[in-house]
Amino acid sequence: MTRRNMLKAGAAAAALPLIGIPRAFAQEKLKVAFVLIGSPDDNGWNFGHEQGRKKMLEAIGADKVDTTVVTNVAEGPDSERVFRELAQQGHKLIYATSFGYGDYVHKVAKQFPDVKFEWATGNATAANVSTYNARFHEGRAVIGTIAGLMTKTNIGAYIGSFPIPEVRMGINAFAIAARKVNPEFKLKVVYVDSWFDPAKEADAARALIDQGVDVITQHTDGPAALQVAEERGIVGGFGQGADMSAFAPNAHLSAIIDNWGPHYIKSVQSVLDGTWVESSVWDGLASGEVEIGPFNKKIPADVVAKAEAVKAGIIDGSIHPFAGPLKDNTGAERVAAGDVIDDGEFWAVDWYVEGVEA
Amino acid sequence: MMDLLNNAVLAGFIAASVRMAIPILLAAIGGMFSEKSGVLNIGLEGMMLLGCFVGFAAAYASGSLLVGVLAAIVAGALLGLVLGVFAVTIGSNQVVVGIAINLLMVGVTGFFFRLFFGSGTSSPRITNFQPIDFGVLGQIPIIGPLLFQHDPLTYLALLIVVLAWVVMHRSTVGLAISAAGEHPEAAETLGLNVPRIRYLCLLAGGALAGLGGAFLSLSATGLFIDNMTSGRGYIALAMLILGRRYPFGILAAALLFGAADALQLRTQLLPWNIPLQFLLMLPYVLTIVVLAIAAGRTGAPAALGAPFRRHKSDGA
Repeated sequence: MTRRNMLKAGAAAAALPLIGIPRAFAQEKLKVAFVLIGSPDDNGWNFGHEQGRKKMLEAIGADKVDTTVVTNVAEGPDSERVFRELAQQGHKLIYATSFGYGDYVHKVAKQFPDVKFEWATGNATAANVSTYNARFHEGRAVIGTIAGLMTKTNIGAYIGSFPIPEVRMGINAFAIAARKVNPEFKLKVVYVDSWFDPAKEADAARALIDQGVDVITQHTDGPAALQVAEERGIVGGFGQGADMSAFAPNAHLSAIIDNWGPHYIKSVQSVLDGTWVESSVWDGLASGEVEIGPFNKKIPADVVAKAEAVKAGIIDGSIHPFAGPLKDNTGAERVAAGDVIDDGEFWAVDWYVEGVEA
Repeated sequence: MMDLLNNAVLAGFIAASVRMAIPILLAAIGGMFSEKSGVLNIGLEGMMLLGCFVGFAAAYASGSLLVGVLAAIVAGALLGLVLGVFAVTIGSNQVVVGIAINLLMVGVTGFFFRLFFGSGTSSPRITNFQPIDFGVLGQIPIIGPLLFQHDPLTYLALLIVVLAWVVMHRSTVGLAISAAGEHPEAAETLGLNVPRIRYLCLLAGGALAGLGGAFLSLSATGLFIDNMTSGRGYIALAMLILGRRYPFGILAAALLFGAADALQLRTQLLPWNIPLQFLLMLPYVLTIVVLAIAAGRTGAPAALGAPFRRHKSDGA
């Protein structure tokens, strides 16, 4: 065998694997990863993202997309390792589904410019980092209306996770709406310092009910507070992130449901189409990203009608959850009549509205 | 202000203090047995988490809370046995093994939960233990909520504290356990089987930690979720040191932490202008302060954490 023939044979052998490349590229699936702070079975926040992932797979097809879900990733330095490993494993789109991941997302994104990152509830974008969020406060205004009309003691409760703007503004939206229909309404707030600690959430609910509270809502991820509401026989409470009526058939008045499906479908499709661009998405009731769960049959028809009217008003723009005049809970005017707290000011609000005891 | 100190609020606070102390108390008593025999049990968190999951799954599958409790006890004991293999038989570093157990159990419980119940579905639930109705006794101010408004697992936990005290301080078994932890070589020369004692203590410790975990899923909530113990196993370790590895000391420490935890939620409802963060820190700051005061008087066995190797007698 001559040297030339040997080289030809070698070149042919080397080229063999390349023959299937165009076909392989045509069939290669997009690898998408979801990083969750908790469990997809929490019936709340993480459950909502898991449902969104499933809807996306259903709509786009498992033949086009491969998904990886990493659960219970703490908002700390270890999340950086998770993001880096996912990028190294060939994931081209990574969803970071909690605010505390932000610094680590941006750090890893710089090292992997060809990987797209989407940061839920985030506040800073980059060339390959988008943010997406939902206007949960719009849903709070709807359920706040129900709470204000249903309460018998005029004392409501709000179990918060952490005193961050998103939680604080949910509290404010709820209280504003409740007091609009019932000026006597007061809202007691307790923070449990955790997104998910069922035992603590349950105890917070008990402590609040001991104070005369008869309607409870929460910005934590589990149904424990609703279970307590059920066993104590109060007027009721509201599901957070998902319909939690299975846990409290009598006490569950309605729920704010996070519907991430439409965003995930749009976002994944844009990566497949090559049209993905850095963006900041913040949708709400109008686009279906925030939904209101079924109303409990015990809610009177006129209360349902008023709640539906608030929902319709928010969707058509005739109602703004933070329209002035608004006073804070020290009595100082914060928003003048005719003004609103706009999107830019939203994240800077560090006060509670009138009627909130926090 | 006064309405916050009414009977309902005070009763709620007292009942909550006990309720929040129980899982920590059970795990800490379990840790006491392990540590008194000379084995450092960092794996309490993992044992609690396994008990929490297995107890829930067994109760759900069987429809019986009692089956759930027994399953949690067995699961915790088996994990104690695993710790025993590494810490007693192999002589591995006990801190590393304990942490490995904790990390492993987060994955194991999450994996099997999704295997049994599916992923991203609404969590299954069970009817949890309810307080025993003691009639008028439950209505007695302060005494009622402290003693007569709890579920069966709470009373079982309090009974276990008494039994632990009897075993450790009023029996030869307790002397043998202490000997194995203080001076294993001397214990061996007296004819005691130190590895067996340590294994039995790890079995008992794991069983109690598993029962503590089961309290969270079968009593406190009626559901299971990933990482549900939320660090309570580590708190139990602190309570164990705080209580100086003495059953009633551990009970007092756990109740103190439970009260601080319950108070942390309730002080937020007081019209005091205290920053929220200080209130949230309360249970942990209190623990650190008391630990600092008690420093040097922890009652740790002399051979705690040291692997025991039997010495082969030299043939003459």
